[in-house]
Amino acid sequence: MDILVCVRRVPDTSENEIKLNAEGNDIERDELVYSVNEPDNYAVEEALQIRDRVGGTVTVVTVGGEEDEEVLRRELAMGANQAALISDDAFSASDGRGIATILKSFVQKGHYDLILTGVQADDGASQIGGMLAAMLDYPFASLVNSITVEGGKLRISREVEGGNREINEIELPCVLSIQTGINEPRYVGMRGIRQVASVPIPTLRTTDIGVDHSAVGERAAKVKRIDYFVPTLGNAAEMLKGSREENAERVLELIGAKGGLK
Amino acid sequence: MIGPSLFSETHGWLIMSHSLFLTIHIVGIACFAYIVAKRLVPLFRAQQDFRFDRPLTRTGKVFKFWLGQWKHPRYKFAGILHILVFAGFILLVARAFSTLIVGINQSFVMPGLSGPVGHLYDTVTDYAATIVFLCMVVAAVRRLVFKPVRYAVPAKYGNDHTADAVFLLGLIALLMVADSLFSASTNTSNSLQGRPVESLALLSLPWMLQLLIGSPSLTTLAALTFTAYLVHEIAFYFLLCYRPFGIQFHVETSLFSIYFAKLERGTLKPVRWGISDEHLDRVKSFGVKKFEDFTWKHMLDFYSCADCGRCADNCPANAAGRSLAPRFLTIKARDYAFRHYPVFGKANNSKPLVGEIYSEDEIWSCTTCGACEEECPLLVEYIDKIVDLRRGMIDDGNVPQSLQKPLKALESRGNPYGKLEKKRAEWTKTPEFRQGCDVKTLDGKKVADTLYFVDSITSYDDRMQSIGRSTTRILSHIGEDFGILGAAEKDSGHEVRRFGEEMLFQSLRDHNTDAVKASRVTRIVTADPHAYNALKHDYKDLPPVEHISQVVARAVKAGKIEFKRVEDEAKVFTYHDPCYLGRHNQVYDDPRTVVDAIPGLKRVEMKRSRDRSFCCGGGGLMLFYEPTEEQRMGVLRVRMAAEAGANVIVTACPFCMVNIEDAIKVAGLEGKMSVLDLTELVDQHIARKSCAEIQKTQIEETATCGG
Amino acid sequence: MPRIFTYIQHRGGVVDDSAAELLTAAKKIDPNTVPTAILTGCVVDLEVACSAVRSLYSEIWRVSHEALIYPNAEVVRHALSAILPRNSILLVPHDHFGIDLSPGLSVKLDSAFVPDVLAIDRMEGESISLVRQEFGGQVSVHVRCDVSTGAVINIRPGAFKADQSTATSGVIVDKSSEVGVLTARRRYVETIVAEAGDVDITKHNVLVSIGRGIQEKDNVAIAEELASVLGAAVSCSRPVVDAKWMEKSRQVGSSGKTVKPKVYLACGISGAFQHLAGLKGNPFVIAINKNPKAPIFQVADVGIVDDVLEFLPELTQKVRESRGIAA
Repeated sequence: MDILVCVRRVPDTSENEIKLNAEGNDIERDELVYSVNEPDNYAVEEALQIRDRVGGTVTVVTVGGEEDEEVLRRELAMGANQAALISDDAFSASDGRGIATILKSFVQKGHYDLILTGVQADDGASQIGGMLAAMLDYPFASLVNSITVEGGKLRISREVEGGNREINEIELPCVLSIQTGINEPRYVGMRGIRQVASVPIPTLRTTDIGVDHSAVGERAAKVKRIDYFVPTLGNAAEMLKGSREENAERVLELIGAKGGLK
Repeated sequence: MIGPSLFSETHGWLIMSHSLFLTIHIVGIACFAYIVAKRLVPLFRAQQDFRFDRPLTRTGKVFKFWLGQWKHPRYKFAGILHILVFAGFILLVARAFSTLIVGINQSFVMPGLSGPVGHLYDTVTDYAATIVFLCMVVAAVRRLVFKPVRYAVPAKYGNDHTADAVFLLGLIALLMVADSLFSASTNTSNSLQGRPVESLALLSLPWMLQLLIGSPSLTTLAALTFTAYLVHEIAFYFLLCYRPFGIQFHVETSLFSIYFAKLERGTLKPVRWGISDEHLDRVKSFGVKKFEDFTWKHMLDFYSCADCGRCADNCPANAAGRSLAPRFLTIKARDYAFRHYPVFGKANNSKPLVGEIYSEDEIWSCTTCGACEEECPLLVEYIDKIVDLRRGMIDDGNVPQSLQKPLKALESRGNPYGKLEKKRAEWTKTPEFRQGCDVKTLDGKKVADTLYFVDSITSYDDRMQSIGRSTTRILSHIGEDFGILGAAEKDSGHEVRRFGEEMLFQSLRDHNTDAVKASRVTRIVTADPHAYNALKHDYKDLPPVEHISQVVARAVKAGKIEFKRVEDEAKVFTYHDPCYLGRHNQVYDDPRTVVDAIPGLKRVEMKRSRDRSFCCGGGGLMLFYEPTEEQRMGVLRVRMAAEAGANVIVTACPFCMVNIEDAIKVAGLEGKMSVLDLTELVDQHIARKSCAEIQKTQIEETATCGG
Repeated sequence: MPRIFTYIQHRGGVVDDSAAELLTAAKKIDPNTVPTAILTGCVVDLEVACSAVRSLYSEIWRVSHEALIYPNAEVVRHALSAILPRNSILLVPHDHFGIDLSPGLSVKLDSAFVPDVLAIDRMEGESISLVRQEFGGQVSVHVRCDVSTGAVINIRPGAFKADQSTATSGVIVDKSSEVGVLTARRRYVETIVAEAGDVDITKHNVLVSIGRGIQEKDNVAIAEELASVLGAAVSCSRPVVDAKWMEKSRQVGSSGKTVKPKVYLACGISGAFQHLAGLKGNPFVIAINKNPKAPIFQVADVGIVDDVLEFLPELTQKVRESRGIAA
């Protein structure tokens, strides 16, 4: 099975302090540590496990610039067979639809039985997978937390409310967005990355993948960010300011007052 | 020695017996040689190990640990038994050889052992054989009746070893009896035939057997002698050939395992001997994944293990109910070698060890405290093997998620918590602290003689920052010119290396080494034993490193620090030896000197102290790993402190502090037990003058000294 | 002004709370609009749901088809793209179904898509100004969406207050015949219900809920102790389940359970929206967190900046004293 995983390089929310920059039009990026988007990493691990079970190849791709190569290299170190960077000035400021359009052109240049993405990235959007599937006219499923290959189909489970699992059968080729926790991704260390340091990662431009300029980039974007802000704390909590003992007593009072003590 | 005519003079009888004995010799030796050769096969397929240097030091170790049985008395009763048996064996060697050779050349006398010397030797060895025999009986009774706990085999590791142990004890006893019987009957035979005989040692085994024999006919005697001799020879060769199939192989291999023992303390073997750091990229596979990835010395260790269980008995992971017991790490590997490199049959394909004979949790559970290595009478090494197995798992990407996060943080931020590098020195900047002590950051503009290497936990953990503050206050008080690296400092990488991530360790090490060199300090002090051990042993070309306890002890002895009296007389203190300060670096006395220098302070020793100190649970990355265990090591340790009658534990390591503080809560001993760091204890008790007074004194001193 | 539609979720004839929330959102976009509710499904359940919605919406489109008996997003997408007029705006709740349906639907409709919207500012010409969050909720973003060719907008559940007005009895229009042939290359098989576990957190009035701030598995006992003296149960957020410190059955959130306690103690929980999505019925929320900037403090009624590991034992002690229970 030939699997494509779309990945993205994002600021690592757990190791960074996300603050607004002085102008308020973005977050402060100078001291940020970046890494591969966590759900994407789970997707790559899942792809590798499927490949190791049924054979095939795993390709990783990202849309971005030179700085995004490092996540591709990391996924190569993890075990992916090949990687590609899609980069062109024409792509900058594309919205989600634009990115999906670019990826669609890339997909059509190759042949993939299964396309995976992480369920969401730092913008919490959860959109690329679904859009890409619709553009390719492939079936789609989101929030996938288990995949079993059954001939030309996949048996998948989706994470729905209450911790329940929705079981579906989906035909290949298809697009799936992967939820964290589906597996335990293998470790990639400095050594692994050095071992793939010389693997070539081709950079593809609009001409290489044949995408229509008018469908991507800033002008084609229908959804645009205006500014970043931190909302003033409107209906914020009443903060207790006493000593620990005083606070504990007050909390006990409140629990009782709200009918929480039997 | 045993005189001529030990048998009846009938030639036929003699020739037949000679040929029989000779045949047994040849077959026995040939079998033994074959078996040993087969046992050596995997060692030739193993990784290399550089152990041929420093022959004098190595020979010294042989004298101390092999001949001198140095570690044995740590378990008194078994130790004494073994020393007696070992001494007996050594003494009996010449006698055994003589006996064997006499069977084919009956007038043989061992060179140097004729005449009075020979007689003395005979007497001594009569007693030696007796003592060995008695020891065998006692040992068997111990195994069968008293069943010491450390010999027990948990079900998951297979069958109990008692039957095999008792069988071997019985064989050795038989050997002694056969030899003594042979002695007794030839002596009786010679005496009855009127030849000159030396008397057998009074009350020895041969002597008693002689009494039993009495004065039968010469024919009977001849048969008895023949039988005793045959039994002796067969038992001897049977034992010789049986030993390589079990734990008794240590009789042969112990000399070598001790000679080739590791000489450097505190550091780890390189990924590959003979391959320098710059060339590591060439190595296709890191660590131990299959059996042949071990070095020949490690394989020798597996053969040499005597199954005494002392390692597991002292292993804190084992005590906590984790899946690790060092003894079985070795026994399982030995059994694996026996299965895949059998004496009879071909060597067959080896599989990956982790998953086959070891579980992942077993290998990640080790805190590298070194208690096992400290205890082992055969100097079997464990830490290098565990680290090599971890290197293998890391190479395969097989790392628990709980460890991946801190490793990633170490790579991107230089500390396992993922906190910002620029905040590493924030702990020096709290307003109240700054008033009393302004800590220099050695950023190129500021310089100092001494570097205080803080390391990650003391820099970032809210509670442990107090150790940093206490340490800097102490250093200021004794007039040290010191500074810290601040944001330029990264984690020492001590646990990173011991968890198998060698390349990440090297990156941290190289970064820190450059930073230290750039600061141009001439010495380094740290309050963190893990950092201490790393800088001292894992790093190269650094200025000398000391732990704060050593600095303070020196200052106390030089009268540079005066202490106030202890406030609360009800407090009973006990000092917990951190593994990496105590056992690995043998700094036991300096911290005690410091604690004892505080007037009025009551201190008790826990049963397990100094080199027998019990690990708190581990430091560095071990704080992130979630082992399967029945209880926490820290809880066990806190209970030991309570048992010793203490209500305050003093320790000299931030990780010990974390684990013990936590354990006090988990054990429900809050209010009854507390813990503090040595630096905090010292800081609280320094009899200080005010800042102004100090400055005044300093100005006066400068003025008088030639200003 | 583009026409506004809302997708109504229902199960077993019961209409989801989001129906009223989407109505509020629709009116925020255009106060004069008469939004149309769309319901898909089959047989009795659909009928009951459609009836229930009549008190909220004036116009209701019903799409009944056996392929829609379970809301399979692939099938629903086909149906909606067949019946929705060009350039209209569709509002969908941003839950597992909305995530599944909307991105692809927006492509099929050749419209814009905006996920997980928290607030709607205003319509400006052919654009709508909206508010989203990024970086796990740490920053908010103003976003402008060009709706000249329509839009699919996913609305965060609970972000908009439920509309309290009652419409005049809504008219149900049957659109079932317009969907055409409904096939999909994804087939719904079944739903495996999560294991019950030993404790049913949905049945408790007071929940002591723990998050990452509990730091390690052994500290869960601290919360258990408090819960036991309060007669409450311990629940948790997703990271606690991921770390395997508690079972999935204890998780509160969009991928966990929905709970409606009277009192909710959020201990060491940051307040990510996916967790809060599991809290319904407007409980009294008391939040304890070391980080004064934790988003939970914007949602809680009472907040305390403190270390959970120190505060909870103190609270446990107070409860014991008040009840005369020995330690």
